[in-house]
Amino acid sequence: MPNKIPNRQAICETLMAHAKTDRDIVALCSDSRGSASMTPFFEAFPDQSVEVGIAEQDLVGIAAGLAACGKKPYAFSPASFLSTRSYEQSKVDVAYSDTNVKLIGISGGVSYGALGMSHHSAQDIAAMSAIPNMRVYLPSDRHQTKKLMEALLEDKKGAYIRVGRNPVEDIYTEDNCPFELDRATVLREGTDALLVACGEMVRPALDAAELLAEEGIACTVLDMYCVKPLDTETLLKYAQRAKIVVTAEEHAPTGGLGSMVAQAIGENCPRFVKNLSLPDAPVITGTSREVFDAYGLNAAGIAQAVRSILK
Amino acid sequence: MSGNRELIIHSWDLRQDVLDIVMAGGGGHIGGDMSVLAPLLVLYKKHLRITPETVDDPNRDRFVLSKGHSMEAYYAVLCDCGFLNLADVKARFNKLGSPYIGHPHNVLPGIEMNSGSLGHGLPVCVGMALAGKMDKRDYRVYTIMGDGELAEGSVWEGAMAASNFGLDNLCAVIDRNRLQISGCTEDVMRQDPLEERWTAFGWNVLSVDGRSLDALDAAFEAAKAVKGRPTVIISNSVKGYGSPVMANKAGWHHKVPTAEEYEQIKADFLRGKEAAQNAQ
Repeated sequence: MPNKIPNRQAICETLMAHAKTDRDIVALCSDSRGSASMTPFFEAFPDQSVEVGIAEQDLVGIAAGLAACGKKPYAFSPASFLSTRSYEQSKVDVAYSDTNVKLIGISGGVSYGALGMSHHSAQDIAAMSAIPNMRVYLPSDRHQTKKLMEALLEDKKGAYIRVGRNPVEDIYTEDNCPFELDRATVLREGTDALLVACGEMVRPALDAAELLAEEGIACTVLDMYCVKPLDTETLLKYAQRAKIVVTAEEHAPTGGLGSMVAQAIGENCPRFVKNLSLPDAPVITGTSREVFDAYGLNAAGIAQAVRSILK
Repeated sequence: MSGNRELIIHSWDLRQDVLDIVMAGGGGHIGGDMSVLAPLLVLYKKHLRITPETVDDPNRDRFVLSKGHSMEAYYAVLCDCGFLNLADVKARFNKLGSPYIGHPHNVLPGIEMNSGSLGHGLPVCVGMALAGKMDKRDYRVYTIMGDGELAEGSVWEGAMAASNFGLDNLCAVIDRNRLQISGCTEDVMRQDPLEERWTAFGWNVLSVDGRSLDALDAAFEAAKAVKGRPTVIISNSVKGYGSPVMANKAGWHHKVPTAEEYEQIKADFLRGKEAAQNAQ
């Protein structure tokens, strides 16, 4: 049966499980609690919930002030607004001032496909990764999201976490979700091509590897949920064994996962690197699945990229 | 006689410290330093419950200098209160790799948050004040903003939230010197009627002579008694206060005095101190 739990719901459930005993956990929303699946949290923990209204700068600034006084704030807003409207608060109040604010970008990438470019966050990886002392995570499924949130609850530094709006097919299971913070997860191994993906692109990368295996092309697939700090050790280990590298991401072509992977590989073990991404142009409108298909960000598109390079 | 006579006299020593810091670093926002020094000094000497020994105490009062460019005045006060060493600040201000930069840097003891980009302090202080309410601590939260800074939209997001949450443990100061880098605030972007704007946002508004340590002292005290809403103190001040060389001149927003100007300003500060000493 297909999974019906979006990653945002997994975040809410994880926070609710811990908020009972950790009274310092505070959730903040900018009129976004429904979109963030955080209504149950706000109802169960009103004293640990802050509604700031439609004011993203205020959202992040208030969260930083709470963190400076020992709270563990989780600031929720659509990734499109959180990553750019309040960019300076993320830079100055969170990263520069070194406050423990977790920025949760919901409905990330092209989740709001038909709502247009104002609602797309196709530059958030580039923007947030460029800030010193900011970490960037794009978990691939609900199980990994839960593991990530549990790990982040333990530390005291800022981070940006992007999740999509819709439920995504499971990569892992509740009992089998290998996870180490800031280390990529190796989903399968092969020496013809290395596929590196994050967020919702991990599933099509894995499916592409399956298609290619039937044709005798063996791929390694890395779930690089930790875009920053990029796990270069695992990346280079498998890149050295592979003939080519293909990356896939729900992001603009500049400054995202592909750019970072290409830079690391170019500096250390040059290989042919192909970056699959959204275009440097307003994204075509449609559901996120339709948008992915339109740009070849699916199993067939990734497999075809590998084939054409290896040919 | 003023209950703050000694502090008023001493404030002239701190103006000289600011001048020397600016000269040593070869740069600084000296005009705003001079207008903000009075509320900063009164706050640290009379109201803010924090010492070099309590910078990590969860019950300490919090302060964020939102108009972060007035850093030289902040250095002078932090040194005077024992958080920093004045000789060290003067020796290293603006130098390569120095922690003493032109805006608040929270690697230094006593500085809570980094600022410099305007419009950040008030939302951050809303978060600090909320945390105090959540944890049932009685600390108070203070910020000082510039009047030119009020053109930043984020200030009004914070103003809305502070009022909405009834944050009576929050007190903001507006250094109302009526000048910004391009000229008069009312010509650049009108701020009046300032009192009515903050009143309309639900704040308790106190408008005082920002040159008067007594008036500022009384306003900070009065703010503590207000329940259910935040207080803003409009500190009607003079940019470049203390010397006719700089006073009310927008060109002194960021400027290093020449050797001749330095001597003139120094003499003016000495005259100010003598006048304070002779005041009844």
